[in-house]
Amino acid sequence: MVQRPLAASVDPFVPQLYRINRVWRELSDTVTLEIAPSQGPRPNYAPGQFNMLYAFGVGEVAISISGDRTDHRTFVHTVRDVGAASHAIASLGVGATIGVRGPFGTAWPVAEAEGSDIVIVAGGLGLAPLRPAIYHVLANRARYGHVAILFGTRHPQDMLYRDELAAWRRNLDISVEVTVDHAESDWRGNVGVVPALIPRVSFDPRDTVALVCGPEIMMRFTANALRDAGVAPDRISLSMERNMKCAIGLCGHCQFGPAFVCKDGPVMRFDRIERIFAVREI
Amino acid sequence: MEGLERILREQAFFAGFPEDQIVLVAGCARNHRFEAGQYLFREGEPANEFFLIRHGKVALEIAAPGQQPIVMSTLGEGEIVGASWLVPPYRWTFDARAVELVRALGIDAACLRGKCEADHYLGYEMMKRFAPILVKRLHATRLQILNVYGKR
Repeated sequence: MVQRPLAASVDPFVPQLYRINRVWRELSDTVTLEIAPSQGPRPNYAPGQFNMLYAFGVGEVAISISGDRTDHRTFVHTVRDVGAASHAIASLGVGATIGVRGPFGTAWPVAEAEGSDIVIVAGGLGLAPLRPAIYHVLANRARYGHVAILFGTRHPQDMLYRDELAAWRRNLDISVEVTVDHAESDWRGNVGVVPALIPRVSFDPRDTVALVCGPEIMMRFTANALRDAGVAPDRISLSMERNMKCAIGLCGHCQFGPAFVCKDGPVMRFDRIERIFAVREI
Repeated sequence: MEGLERILREQAFFAGFPEDQIVLVAGCARNHRFEAGQYLFREGEPANEFFLIRHGKVALEIAAPGQQPIVMSTLGEGEIVGASWLVPPYRWTFDARAVELVRALGIDAACLRGKCEADHYLGYEMMKRFAPILVKRLHATRLQILNVYGKR
């Protein structure tokens, strides 16, 4: 029900030129870029897909799309400065040109989840790939049952999209719970791991779809906690991360057991990967 | 006393607890109210009582000399605060502070330990409920110290 690869742009190996329209800093090491094609329309995409962003002369890196797809002019990407390519991309300013291949990969099952309760669990930067799905669910709120957004991060100062989390929380018809791993005593919110929030929100486990994104170990604990709560593994979707190069399933860099994360993922159903999920060598 | 028995029966922690044993636990229980900022207990104090939160949020803190306390966990409605009453020398190893108004049931530790010694069925029922909580919190602590959200 989840996997629905969407067609990429013309020649998937040729980066298209995009202009950086806006840049804003999210955290000390994380920025968000709004980019628009230098010519032609912005390709359509589905929540959960990613683009290959190319810093010319430095390298290319897979970054999830984190914007609202109802804005038909731009892509929005949140980039953490962790390596040479991401550092170069995170350092670009307004007006700079960037190469884009994509969108690639599978999507969150937001259409398939209609009529069900939906639990969205994000850890750290994992909120970025989930944000388009959240926008979609909020824009189509009547199509879903209970909606819960659970977010875990390291420290209150590391909270991605803080203002939006606060805004979502003000909605009276969804639950938003935030927790941090550590905090000083002036923090009045939750402290603890994000799977611990699952029993605190209301949903019918027999009719719930769960979307999970974050560090792999956090997703493992979360998927197990969701299953313990009664959510069937085929109703849990995870967004996997591997070293992607070609992004179209040719090079094999992102192999994950029998699958390639770039074309069979990044969004994958837990029941299909559960067996290999805990294998360290994979 | 009947009121305390009813409150205990309503708590998920005591779901399925034998009726006669609810009466025994209620004999060791009393109601508490803690204002925001008030401490339920402090590190090093005797663990004479543990708490079942009925309403509100409690922060578990550890403080190093000269530094602000670090909150390592928060607990909410239906959750148990404190396990040191189970393990000699029965002293708290962290502080527990009410983040907001907290209403809680306090269970007198010496009273309950005595009843558990006298009635091992009661002791076993209590252990069956405490062991999963302790294991779950141990797992959560392991995940926290991994610092999974940090740069790799």
